[in-house]
Amino acid sequence: MKFQDVISINDFGKEEIEYVLKTAERLENELNEQKILQYAKGKVLATLFFEPSTRTRLSFESAMHRLGGSVIGFAEASSTSVKKGESLMDTIRTVEKYADVIVIRHPREGAARLAAEVAEVPVINAGDGANQHPTQTLLDLYTIKKEFGRINGLKIALLGDLKYGRTVHSLAKALSYYNVKLYFIAPQGLEMPRHIIEEISDKVEITETSDLESVIPEVDVLYATRIQKERFPDPAEYNKIKGSYRIDLKILNGAKETLKIMHPLPRVDEISYEVDKTPYSAYFQQVWSGVPVRMALLSIVLGVVE
Amino acid sequence: MKELKVSAINKGTVIDHIPSGKGLKVLEILNLPKDSTILVAINVKSRKLGKKDIIKVEGKILSEDEVNKIALIAPTATVNIIDKWEVVDKKKVEVPDEIVGIIKCANPNCITNYEEVKPKFKVISKKPLKLKCHYCERTMEEGMVVKNLL
Repeated sequence: MKFQDVISINDFGKEEIEYVLKTAERLENELNEQKILQYAKGKVLATLFFEPSTRTRLSFESAMHRLGGSVIGFAEASSTSVKKGESLMDTIRTVEKYADVIVIRHPREGAARLAAEVAEVPVINAGDGANQHPTQTLLDLYTIKKEFGRINGLKIALLGDLKYGRTVHSLAKALSYYNVKLYFIAPQGLEMPRHIIEEISDKVEITETSDLESVIPEVDVLYATRIQKERFPDPAEYNKIKGSYRIDLKILNGAKETLKIMHPLPRVDEISYEVDKTPYSAYFQQVWSGVPVRMALLSIVLGVVE
Repeated sequence: MKELKVSAINKGTVIDHIPSGKGLKVLEILNLPKDSTILVAINVKSRKLGKKDIIKVEGKILSEDEVNKIALIAPTATVNIIDKWEVVDKKKVEVPDEIVGIIKCANPNCITNYEEVKPKFKVISKKPLKLKCHYCERTMEEGMVVKNLL
């Protein structure tokens, strides 16, 4: 299987997802045997980050280095010709002369799709405004699969701001390809949008609730996300909500022993630091998953793996 | 009352069966040259629609894009191409599966509102009209579509 670009999780069927996860697993195993692979030797990745990011950019760069390739790019638009008024299309047409693959993060929705249409080299979307961040979804799935050896049969809760969080929207859609039970836990006003529920409700069983505590004993995966203060007109309301969605040792009292807690990070105070050292914590494992998954995606679009 | 005969121009296009009240909007979105000879009939009696609007444009054959534009706000319209006083071609307007370059994306943060690129939409439902932006993936419903015609 080969695909040219990675723009939206909506372009992925289950077969493509499984292919990425399998390739990531294979590369991770090879990486465990030797620190640097040679699949991308002589290839150059350009990382164009028009918006700052820590994890996504560094893990793409780490992935390319571990594939034996090299990396050029910028981490913010202010040091580039964009500041002089250069269009995105011209930036892409320029950069593709220097690189074999482009990874782009851009504040405007649709920027990655446009870049992919302009560029002759493959383009990977590392986040386009509030729209898509497909590599995050793939690494989330990979983490679940690594932790449990499977995705099918699991009970998975998505917690926090489910209305505005693009991560949870894409993840919910991707999980609907599997035989899972989903729990959407959100404060009033930040529930999962209807259109997403309608799209997936005939494929998976969904429970919606605002009560975290009652769901904790049931689930295998608790995927927490940040609730942003600015979503609440009343700061008092925010403080109330924040407290009831905080994951600490007390609330985890009734949890299954095998529960795994995930978070796309950065966290603010959704997960207490005391949870980090427990076997529940999978969020730093999730950070590592970004490397093999992005290695897989880079290798696939470059056409250097079978 | 006798029905208006649609072929009463020598050469050009007659847009018939426009829902009553939409005629002026159709005219506006067609954005025809200022010196065009145009006849607009409003609230004409119609067997099919009860009342309808009709537009006759002298000397101009509408392109596919222009016909598509009409489909978005007047889905019942028929387009008659007239030559030498006769109807030589008659097409029913239909919302296409893909719409390119005739509507702008309603999402103010969509890249198509900042770059020299034709906005492109996939039609996900024709009735009621619902479009999805090919770039930013946001959906637009009928009311927004009419407001964002280019």
